[in-house]
Amino acid sequence: MGLCMTAAIRLKLENIVKEYPGCRANDGIDLTVEAGEIHALLGENGAGKSTLMKVIYGVVQPDEGRVVWNGHAVHVDNPAQARRMGIGMVFQHFSLFETLTVAENIALSLPPDEARNRSQLNQRINEVSERYGMELDPRRYISTLSVGERQRVEIVRCLIQETTLLILDEPTSVLTPQEVTSLFATLRTLSKEGCSILFISHKLEEVRSLCHTATVLRQGRVSGDCQPAEISASEIARLMVGDDTPISTRVTAAEPGEPLMEVSGLGWKSKDPFGTSLRNVNLDLHKGEIVGIAGVAGNGQDELLKALSGEIRADAGTICLSGQNIETLFPDQRRKLGVAIVPEERLGRGAVPDMSLADNALLTASGQGLVERGLIRSGRVREFSREVIRRFGVRCTGENSTAGSLSGGNLQKYIIGREALQNPRLLVASHPTWGVDVGSAVAIHESLVKLRDEGAAILLISEDLDELYQLCNRLGALCDGRLSPLAPTSELHIEQLGQWMAGEFESTEVAHAVA
Amino acid sequence: MLLLERRPVASSVMRWASPLLALVLTVITGFILFMVVGKDPVEGLKFFFITPISDLPGLAELGLKMAPLLLCAAGLTVCYKAKLWNIGAEGHFLMGALGASVMAVQLSAVNGFWVLPVVLLTGVLGGMIWAAIAAGLKTHLHCNEILTTIMLNYIALNLLLYTVHGPLKDPYGFGFPQSAMFSDSALLPVLIEGTRLHLGLAFGLLATVAVWVLFARSFIGFQLNVIGQDHRAAAFAGFRVRKLTWFAFLVGGATAGLAGASEVTGPIGQLVPQVSPGYGYTAIIVVFLGRMHAVGIVAASALLALTFIGGEILQIAMQMPKAVTALFQGLLLFYLLTCDAFIHYRVRLKKAAPQPTSAAVAAAPQEV
Repeated sequence: MGLCMTAAIRLKLENIVKEYPGCRANDGIDLTVEAGEIHALLGENGAGKSTLMKVIYGVVQPDEGRVVWNGHAVHVDNPAQARRMGIGMVFQHFSLFETLTVAENIALSLPPDEARNRSQLNQRINEVSERYGMELDPRRYISTLSVGERQRVEIVRCLIQETTLLILDEPTSVLTPQEVTSLFATLRTLSKEGCSILFISHKLEEVRSLCHTATVLRQGRVSGDCQPAEISASEIARLMVGDDTPISTRVTAAEPGEPLMEVSGLGWKSKDPFGTSLRNVNLDLHKGEIVGIAGVAGNGQDELLKALSGEIRADAGTICLSGQNIETLFPDQRRKLGVAIVPEERLGRGAVPDMSLADNALLTASGQGLVERGLIRSGRVREFSREVIRRFGVRCTGENSTAGSLSGGNLQKYIIGREALQNPRLLVASHPTWGVDVGSAVAIHESLVKLRDEGAAILLISEDLDELYQLCNRLGALCDGRLSPLAPTSELHIEQLGQWMAGEFESTEVAHAVA
Repeated sequence: MLLLERRPVASSVMRWASPLLALVLTVITGFILFMVVGKDPVEGLKFFFITPISDLPGLAELGLKMAPLLLCAAGLTVCYKAKLWNIGAEGHFLMGALGASVMAVQLSAVNGFWVLPVVLLTGVLGGMIWAAIAAGLKTHLHCNEILTTIMLNYIALNLLLYTVHGPLKDPYGFGFPQSAMFSDSALLPVLIEGTRLHLGLAFGLLATVAVWVLFARSFIGFQLNVIGQDHRAAAFAGFRVRKLTWFAFLVGGATAGLAGASEVTGPIGQLVPQVSPGYGYTAIIVVFLGRMHAVGIVAASALLALTFIGGEILQIAMQMPKAVTALFQGLLLFYLLTCDAFIHYRVRLKKAAPQPTSAAVAAAPQEV
């Protein structure tokens, strides 16, 4: 890596091999992390990042290879041992008990004698959180904390145990831009004090601004090491996906046409006490434009999608499509009017896992002449399905493969293709590239832009701000079931959007009145 | 140590091997049971499985018992595909028998080709009404259909008993709890002269084919399938789950009602308290043993029909108790459910866990 030998090597992995039935997840991986280094681990889904982390954290045992910790070869049997060695990990999905306080959650991971002295523990939590600029009240219950605050609990929990290597798995995916900035400040302080950080991400700009070095994985092998600040994001992306995959979409400017959809005063009360209610959502969409809705997960995105698709019936407000109120219609009736939906969950909602791709085409495309007098025209169903597979480059063995056998990216291309081939007037897509490989994401973005250029209106709900800024001509954010005003992307600074994501905006009603 | 681990993909071989394996295990267990009670096992099994179907009258009897099983199984298949666990075929069957009998007794003095269809349709209606109660409770009050249908079975049985002991009791029947014999125009035609095999078997086969077409070709069948496999996908697609639930229950009620009507207008010719030896319950085993597929269901209904006749023969020839039929049916279902576990799971020998190298504190990893 070109750095001199004086820096102490904290962790060294040599030739790590881990094989699962039918897949070599890690195929001879070498990795070196020095003391105080912020080291990025990059790679697409399925590149082997998670497996490698599990090896380091003792969740799985490697089939071959050596783990060297502070100069000694070690065998990490379980996470408890890893924690005693000084390795801490913050998973993408937090492991906190909502009904316990911050201090109680942290006590659970400590040795019993340290956990028992609660006042001393509270003091230590305060010390650590102050020192690293992570405001935290040890007495608060987890259920009252925001996602960003919960992440702080996870990090403080690691730091309190004198961690010298902190592993963070996609830590920024749940944060607003402001929260990301403060997290990075914390991580830089930690690094200066000598704590090594292994930072797993696929957001290249973040990696470039934060990390000293990066190791890129592809198909279980190291495809390159680099210093991310010194090379461009597209060069890093090239290492991630290989030479033959396009890595970005060139998006032409939208030319919005006449108004198509007008949502006004939409309200829906959640029956679940922990669910999100929609409150007075106002939204308008024109033909030939992509409008983006940002927001941290769980702020009403799914509810908004369901209210638009017809899966839930709103308590208040109207949804007008070309002047016709469609709020009272069932999902399939709305579909006949040209409303297409791509839900967040591909398997188990957008597609039935155990059914063939052909049958899954029938799920929403039955109105395309695939059913006649109640009987299925299986020839036409197969033809439609093959057309989707061909036009949208879905990699599969044919229309008889089950939906569950496809990779996330390929299934998503199929679902978007299924909707796009029905010539929708309005497409609502939720997190269309979440967990999708870069090549598929590019293909999906291209289909959306093509659909837009054919005159469809697209509502894009996403947590990926890069994606939203790239594709949308207007943007807004959902917070706690309320929708911010929509502003042209070119005029909307990311700071402003971050404030909207945190709920700092006047209600849309007022904004409308002003506009 | 043996370990049950999930297969990466469900085994299609095991899906069809499981019923056969269950049958083999049932026969082996039967063999042992015969030995335990001191009967000749070879002879016992021969009486049970072979003797009943060794001549034409025997085969006709088999067809006679298959008819109600096929009809009930057809309706249950429609429900079970949508994962609506309707256990109420027995109740639908009894209400079908009761409805048909009431109409047949009313029309006992009338002759005409239309009498039989009217009687049968009344039976169908009886079954449908009974199924409609469970459907309404499910769709409007979210009552679990397993519980409601089982309870409705007992209500149906008691209604039937009340009727044969009361309003429908034959005044010239020497006080026996049974209705008057139906007139000839209310009886199903016999298919093979000299046997009791009647048109009901044709109804059963027709229903089986109809259900096969429903699921192989029709959009309604597809929608029911989606509801069964993935409720959220059905909601996403906009399928009318409530209406389709009603459809499945009503089909279930109609076919089982027709089975009941065919039983009283067929071999019995009047309403008696013991009109069903449990056809509605046995049909549940038929559906699962036959893998909800037309061919499998016909084969399974033949096998289960055999257990009724075989049980009767064992009572006569070897003085075995009546429970022997239920015993064999129960064994079959038990082994089927056991073997079905291996569709999704397989047995593996667990390697001895390697000894931890360092002092392992028994702290469970809190993360996955």
